[in-house]
Amino acid sequence: MSYLEFLYKYAPSFLNGAVVTLEQTALGTLLAVIVALIMGFMKMSSFIPVRWVGIVYIEIFRGTSLLVQMYWIFFVLPLFGITLGKFEAGFLAVGLNLGAYGAELVRGGVQSVPRSQYEAATALGMHPFTRMRRVIFPQALLNMLPPWGNLLIELLKATALVALISVADLMFVSKQINMSTFLSAQAFGTALIIYYIIARGIITPGMRGLECKLAKKLSIG
Amino acid sequence: MSNESFPLKLEGGDVPMVRFDRVTKQYGDLTVLDSLDLDVKANEMVAIIGPSGSGKTTVLRMLMGLELIDEGVIYVDGQPMTHMEKNGRLVRAGQKYLRRMRSSIGMVFQQFNLFPHMTALQNCMEAPVQVLGLSRKEARERSLELLKLVGLDDKMDQYPARLSGGQQQRVAIARALAMRPKIMLFDEVTSALDPEIVGEVTQVIRKLHDEHSLTMLMVTHQMGFARDISDRVCFFYEGKIAEQGSPEQLFDNPRNERTAMFLSAVLEAD
Repeated sequence: MSYLEFLYKYAPSFLNGAVVTLEQTALGTLLAVIVALIMGFMKMSSFIPVRWVGIVYIEIFRGTSLLVQMYWIFFVLPLFGITLGKFEAGFLAVGLNLGAYGAELVRGGVQSVPRSQYEAATALGMHPFTRMRRVIFPQALLNMLPPWGNLLIELLKATALVALISVADLMFVSKQINMSTFLSAQAFGTALIIYYIIARGIITPGMRGLECKLAKKLSIG
Repeated sequence: MSNESFPLKLEGGDVPMVRFDRVTKQYGDLTVLDSLDLDVKANEMVAIIGPSGSGKTTVLRMLMGLELIDEGVIYVDGQPMTHMEKNGRLVRAGQKYLRRMRSSIGMVFQQFNLFPHMTALQNCMEAPVQVLGLSRKEARERSLELLKLVGLDDKMDQYPARLSGGQQQRVAIARALAMRPKIMLFDEVTSALDPEIVGEVTQVIRKLHDEHSLTMLMVTHQMGFARDISDRVCFFYEGKIAEQGSPEQLFDNPRNERTAMFLSAVLEAD
């Protein structure tokens, strides 16, 4: 079977898998952004118990393996009465894990805004919340977008692990095709190419576009 | 600290707009301000000069509430600013109280510190809308008027990155004025500017001084300007006011040896 014949035969399967991977990536990203904002701000809190929640969360999710976390969510939580479907468990693990990395990006972005901006806002009588919302965060957002672009590519690649709890994503489909055809190079080669296309064809230009749009809106640079 | 010897508020006929009452500030072992006493009358223009590290800028930053003081009390318009009354005693001011007291003070910084993601007009409108709760229309009118005062109404839609240093500093002055402060603090506002554009900023300050009733404290290295415009000059040395007086007296007949040495050094450099 030539590669073209292979592609022709298995394209629908690959496509289905890619759609699941995109769904996992999208939902994982949404969750990661929410978690990153919450935990990033908690870690910056001046109230020590709140800060510790942020620190502990980030340490646990960054310091242990994503695969083990996913197995916990899928296989161990049911023992405590929390049963999740494999699809939900998949993006939950990915989002919670990458969110911990994102939290550090949020913190770094906010802390990269010069002290003088805080002082100017304070001197104008702004409440700390207003100051964050109107002055600091818009500038921080622009600073943190490029590293977020990297993180989202990491997230996309991390979703390959959900195949291990039988979510029928691109990786899972490739493995199945490999098992039924023994055409390993073709099966996993095609998977590589599709992952690359999603990363470089969708995520990177998407983030760059967002950056340009925001930079224009904030009119910096 | 024992606050027994500090009044809860200043009363009587001649309440100063600003009073530093035995204010001390330390960074670790370094004493930046050493039991400073300073009164500024309403509508008075006080220039603060002195060698770097003498505590000049710290005076303004503490008055703006950007830095905590270690001892003493600062009063603004008769009310304690760094402290508030609680059960007949002075305790350290809470954030909310401090924000309210800050509203009578505006500050202009050496590095302008405009918000880079807002136009000149938005920079001016932001605090009146967010802090004072003005409608956008009112804030816009007020801001436009002030941008006109500093001669930049034609640049209102420009972002700071597109403005020169002198223009940015004038926007910063308008932004501070938009909060209608009673006291304006100028912290070396011309030090980051090229010599040829210093004049456009000093002109604005002069105009404010001549046409508006504002109490002003100005830290500056420009002796000519300080002499020209101020009612009183304070020479800071090692955290204390080593000498103060009218510009004529201080510049022409300094009594303190330190003042004389400082003046001859900076005037020579000019």
